[in-house]
Amino acid sequence: MEFLVASSIGVLVASGVYLLLRPRTYSVILGLALMGYAANFFLFASGRLRVGLSPIISTSAEAYPDPLPQALVLTAIVIGFAMSAFIVVLALRAHSDLGTDHVDGTEPSPTVAGGDR
Amino acid sequence: MSHWIILPIMVPAMFAVVLLLGARLELATQRAIGVLSTLVLVGLSLALLLQSQGGGFTVYELGSWVAPFGIVLVLDRLSALMVALTAVVGLAALLHAVQGWDTRGKNFHALFQFQLMGLNGAFLTGDIFNLFVFFEILLIASYGLILHGGGRQRVGAGLHYVVFNLVGSAFFVVGLGVIYGTLGTLNMADLAVKVQAAGPEQAAILRSGALLLLVVFSVKAALLPLYFWLPRAYSSASAPVAALFAIMTKVGVYAIIRVYTLVFSGDAPVMGGVPGRVLFPVALVTLVLATIGVVAARSLRNMVAYLLIASVGTMLAAISYFSQEALAASLFYMVHSTVIMATLFLLAELIALERGAGGDALEPARPVARPALLGSLFFVSAAAVAGMPPFSGFLGKALVLQSSLPEANAVWLFAAVLGGGLMGLVAVGRAGSVLFWKTQGDAVAHLPGEAASVVPVCLLVGVILGLSILAGPISAYTAGAAEQLMNPGPYIEAVLGSQMRGGTL
Repeated sequence: MEFLVASSIGVLVASGVYLLLRPRTYSVILGLALMGYAANFFLFASGRLRVGLSPIISTSAEAYPDPLPQALVLTAIVIGFAMSAFIVVLALRAHSDLGTDHVDGTEPSPTVAGGDR
Repeated sequence: MSHWIILPIMVPAMFAVVLLLGARLELATQRAIGVLSTLVLVGLSLALLLQSQGGGFTVYELGSWVAPFGIVLVLDRLSALMVALTAVVGLAALLHAVQGWDTRGKNFHALFQFQLMGLNGAFLTGDIFNLFVFFEILLIASYGLILHGGGRQRVGAGLHYVVFNLVGSAFFVVGLGVIYGTLGTLNMADLAVKVQAAGPEQAAILRSGALLLLVVFSVKAALLPLYFWLPRAYSSASAPVAALFAIMTKVGVYAIIRVYTLVFSGDAPVMGGVPGRVLFPVALVTLVLATIGVVAARSLRNMVAYLLIASVGTMLAAISYFSQEALAASLFYMVHSTVIMATLFLLAELIALERGAGGDALEPARPVARPALLGSLFFVSAAAVAGMPPFSGFLGKALVLQSSLPEANAVWLFAAVLGGGLMGLVAVGRAGSVLFWKTQGDAVAHLPGEAASVVPVCLLVGVILGLSILAGPISAYTAGAAEQLMNPGPYIEAVLGSQMRGGTL
């Protein structure tokens, strides 16, 4: 399970970073979302990965899971939602104001070598 | 008295809610509510400053949950100083905004109050996850404020600012995950105890956690590879917002001071002095590059933005020594630099407005309508920002240099700070002569109601003069703050004391 969780966090971060470096706001937003998921997942995993533990106090329980990372991750998710909503609106605003969805606000000139699609 | 310290967070929060509910109130009413709230905040912060002056700690346990299980707010000299600085700069920015900026978009006053709430919360909290939450509060308010007024340039610069800070937030969460996963606590005082006790097998992971947080704080403080968003964002933001944002970079500096003196102090065995060693060269290069930016800037506001980065570089280079003298000096310099940057952002707009189409570009244009008044205000602020005696900038830089004398690499700091100061002096001198002397055509006539527009700038220049005259008591205060920071024992005892006495752990 450790390998699965660690590698999925790694894949999420790698895809997030790749998308973040793309020139269009839509891919940047997706990249931010993936990075946010990876960060939340990581925070969640900081409470240790164990299954079958008793969530509430019981006489038969041997150990309990750590509830704090779950509370933390919930806070981070809520904040992440607000931020995502905000940046989507901002990107739409930028698109309508600037007439382009390029992150620099201007279309790169076609003569520049390596210009994006 | 301990309930007082939650008021700097609660007062702006409650007034902001009133402003949101009354979004359709007359503008005059909204302005009155906003100014009233900020005035209350100034009064409160002065009371807290007096309360903390004696050197005691005030700890407030939210919901009476005992630390380290609950969130605590802690007032010491440093946090009282930062809250007071926020209130004063916020008041000046708001007084500038009510002269017209707040009509150019919706909900300016509510966002402004939320911003103050986030700033005060970040300065007062004693819990590192709570610090993250307050960072997010002040950031989302700042996203709204930086876009205030709209326009192509602002939206473009705002997008970069938001994306950059969202990535920073993701790093913050990861850093907190590393720290919580290793030490199992998020209360700063408790973390301090556990970091000191951590064994060498935890050193690598704790260092990575600490340095991840350093990256996040450097984004806020605008350190070297992470400052490129700042000049464009700050010079395109509206003037009152840019003035308020002079304190935003100081949130990053504050967090660096707090976390790397209390939690991950360099003398903890697992840290091995890492934060200071990393910080020093980065801060110096920031200072040098920002100085080049100052000289190369082609508009006044762009120049002020680079001066702001240069001042952060100076401050953090001194902070990276983590010695009591250097911290005291850089805290004094931070007070000066925050106030002077806010002054210059506001003044730049006054000058730009009177120059008509020339704006704040450093090119010949119309003369300003009130050359004597604006010229003398600019002269005083330029001398203060360049570090000329007798103003507080000179005293701040002198204290910083003096405190670095015992260090082996002081020569680099001397070279960068003095060279940066000289270039800054040349740049502001050139800017002033272009703005006020190299003019073409006639000045535009006075606009009605213009006389009051200099009041906020005069207020801030008055603070600068006050800082210069009262430098003795103020530097004694910052020395006291540095003494508290370098001896975290009483802080830890104040936060965890009740639990230790109770013997629950």
